[in-house]
Amino acid sequence: MMSVDTDRTVLQVTGLGKAYGGARALDDVSFDLRAGEIHALLGENGAGKSTLIKSISGSVRPDTGTIAIAGHVETALTPAVATRLGVGTVFQELSLVPQLTIAQNIFLGQEPTRGSLLDKRAMQAGAVAALARIGVDLDPRRRVTGLSRAQMQLVEIARVLHRDSRVLILDEPTASLSSGEADRLFETLGQLRAQGIGIIYISHRLAEVKQLADRITVLRDGRFIATLDRAEVTDDQLVRLMAGRSLDQMFATVSRTPGETRLRIDGLCGPSLQDVAIQARAGEIVGIAGLVGSGKSEIGRACFGLEPMSAGTIEVDGTPLRRVSPASAMRRGLIYYPSDRHAEGLVRTASLGENITLAPVATGMMSRLGLVSHRSGAARQRDAIDRLGIKGRADRSIMELSGGNQQKALLARSFARDFAVHIFDEPTVGIDVGAKADVYAHMRTLCEAGAAVVMISSDTEEVLGMCHRIYVVREGRLVAELTGDERTEDRVVSAFFHSTDSESDPT
Amino acid sequence: MNSSASVAEAPTAPVLPAGSRRARLAARALQLGLLPVLLAIAVIVFASLEPRFLTTLNATNVARQLSFLAIVTLAQMAVLLTAEIDMSVASNIALTSVVSSWVMVEVGGEGLAPIVAGVVAGLCVGLVMGLVNGFVVALFGVPSFIVTIGTGAIAFGLGLTISSGSPITGLPADFTRELGSTDFGIFPLSFLFAAAALLGMYVLLNWTTLGHYLYAVGGGESAARLLGVPVLRSKVLAFVISGVLTSVAAVLLTARVASGEPNLGTEFLVLSIAAAVLGGTSFFGGEGKVGMVAVGALFLVVLSNGMNLIRIASYTQEIIIGALLVLAVIVDRVRARV
Repeated sequence: MMSVDTDRTVLQVTGLGKAYGGARALDDVSFDLRAGEIHALLGENGAGKSTLIKSISGSVRPDTGTIAIAGHVETALTPAVATRLGVGTVFQELSLVPQLTIAQNIFLGQEPTRGSLLDKRAMQAGAVAALARIGVDLDPRRRVTGLSRAQMQLVEIARVLHRDSRVLILDEPTASLSSGEADRLFETLGQLRAQGIGIIYISHRLAEVKQLADRITVLRDGRFIATLDRAEVTDDQLVRLMAGRSLDQMFATVSRTPGETRLRIDGLCGPSLQDVAIQARAGEIVGIAGLVGSGKSEIGRACFGLEPMSAGTIEVDGTPLRRVSPASAMRRGLIYYPSDRHAEGLVRTASLGENITLAPVATGMMSRLGLVSHRSGAARQRDAIDRLGIKGRADRSIMELSGGNQQKALLARSFARDFAVHIFDEPTVGIDVGAKADVYAHMRTLCEAGAAVVMISSDTEEVLGMCHRIYVVREGRLVAELTGDERTEDRVVSAFFHSTDSESDPT
Repeated sequence: MNSSASVAEAPTAPVLPAGSRRARLAARALQLGLLPVLLAIAVIVFASLEPRFLTTLNATNVARQLSFLAIVTLAQMAVLLTAEIDMSVASNIALTSVVSSWVMVEVGGEGLAPIVAGVVAGLCVGLVMGLVNGFVVALFGVPSFIVTIGTGAIAFGLGLTISSGSPITGLPADFTRELGSTDFGIFPLSFLFAAAALLGMYVLLNWTTLGHYLYAVGGGESAARLLGVPVLRSKVLAFVISGVLTSVAAVLLTARVASGEPNLGTEFLVLSIAAAVLGGTSFFGGEGKVGMVAVGALFLVVLSNGMNLIRIASYTQEIIIGALLVLAVIVDRVRARV
């Protein structure tokens, strides 16, 4: 399984170990990458993926083991040395300068000069070539500000490759791309593979890993678990290797006991929505599926006053919401959990505990006459940490927690009061398998307690696994409503792209 | 700082650079330890150089200076917590001084009437400035740095216009004597006002919903809004707290100098920001403790008092305070990175 074709090996990692304090982030991990292959790195958060790629790109110094890049064994690898040896990394946080043009970004720090002046012509030509190499048709004179996230990522890849990289590391490159954009990226990666570049591909999405990778290496708890050929693995096997549990066990089986209608949206129109009608009953999990940009997220945001609406009504337990804001929606019993933990979900300077108690404070559940009760706050923090299985003490800074634990801290606001409607927007993006299972279990608990649960998600698998009823959104309209046996991957995905037959008319 | 359950995840937490534990401890030390140490050094140095430094008379002096600065620093802190800044505090002091004095003189006569009218008018100046600053910043989403420079210029100009550029004298003697010169033991009356402001701010920030909101808005405005925090109201109230507290200090200062001064309090802009940031209030919002801010103000007052006593020229003092402010902001930035 670990047979190495030494001729084509561009990267050989042997026996890598790294400990932070007493915690072993990497323990005797070996890994190899061949020229012209896409090698996926899979594992839960905390499995050691990021420590491994940071070691390879020189920003973390391992305690033990060796890294050989194109035959050079470097003991003192720094980011500069790694770059010189041909390792290029595209992290999730892109490093482009938005105010500069594409060409300026590609050449940043390596500007061609004639005499002491910039050689703008060479820059322009070089940028065109760098973009053409990855099959991108963009004007290098454009500023980065105006580009889409996907285009920025491609520019970043062009920049990395322009520095003669033989090894390209991509950290969750599709996390914020639509599936059309992701497909374009996959095409580009295919071309690079054909050019002999070795690509390390990190992703949580099994489907794209299976589609893309030649080989897959699984890490768990900082240890090497297995390297497998794509052809020989199944999804279930990969999940079991990553988590030690299988796919079926991940989704909570939620009994469906629909009661009275708790959320009723009618004729909702807005800048990106047209005549949307959705209902969710007590004891029911309703899915809203669609591509990125389809408007599915805007439905949830409109319910929370985060998206302007030009027409339509939103009723919670029969009472219409007027002039809706987050605070007023919460008072009426509706809560929306945003998809972007960092921008909208968490107060970065606050501790885990403060993030948990802010919602009950803001909804007036923890204070009398404006005075906050710290005793009830501490009790609420313990309770939420306990019920959601958050790993971390209440006084720890929220930004030090793992993605999964941050997500759970965000979800803790569901305990602020007894909400009638919970709207989750991409609740499991970028979190590991174990945390996902906990999030699903939390949704089940809410549902079984009689709330209406709405799940907005781009992950078709989880929508199918969790939801009793699925609405599909395309271009701001509902194009399908699927219940019972209609809930199949084929039906959902085909609705993403073209209207289905008349029976699925939402009205 | 790590519980055993959470240690395993530290390496993958996205913002935590490798091996930062020692750096974090160092930052914690910087945050809590440095200022009291600096204060102790300052006291020891001045006490050894100048015998008058440790007299009760000088203690009263320090307490009086501290009371003015502490109140304005608390005002500045309320705004800094929300990741905004109030550049109009100095002009607010000047306009409050002019308006309250003008009203006292215009009302005239004996007894409480002119004093109450003047004090109320002065506090209204702060209230109005706070409301204007707060609403403009929060409603239009414009940077408070620019807005408050603008409103500060307006206030300064108004003060000069009303007073025709010269001090307004003839304030009621009761006002200047009682408010300006009453001492309780070594503590001047103004010190009691400062202590009350300190206590009030402590309760507000730690025990009220508004206090929680100020921290939350500064730490993550969008996140706070989605949690149901009334962001607009919180920001407006932060500026109102700043405006009114600053006016309180201005009235006390006016009583002390016994006239309405259109140039009163110019030094308080830099000092209030320096004291707040030295005391660990983050320039980037969401972090700051009342107690530490008071220590920050005390440090600056001791420093300037001591430098006066050992006859360091006021121009030189200006340079030293400016350098301290820059240093404090650097420390703040380093801390934010860790």
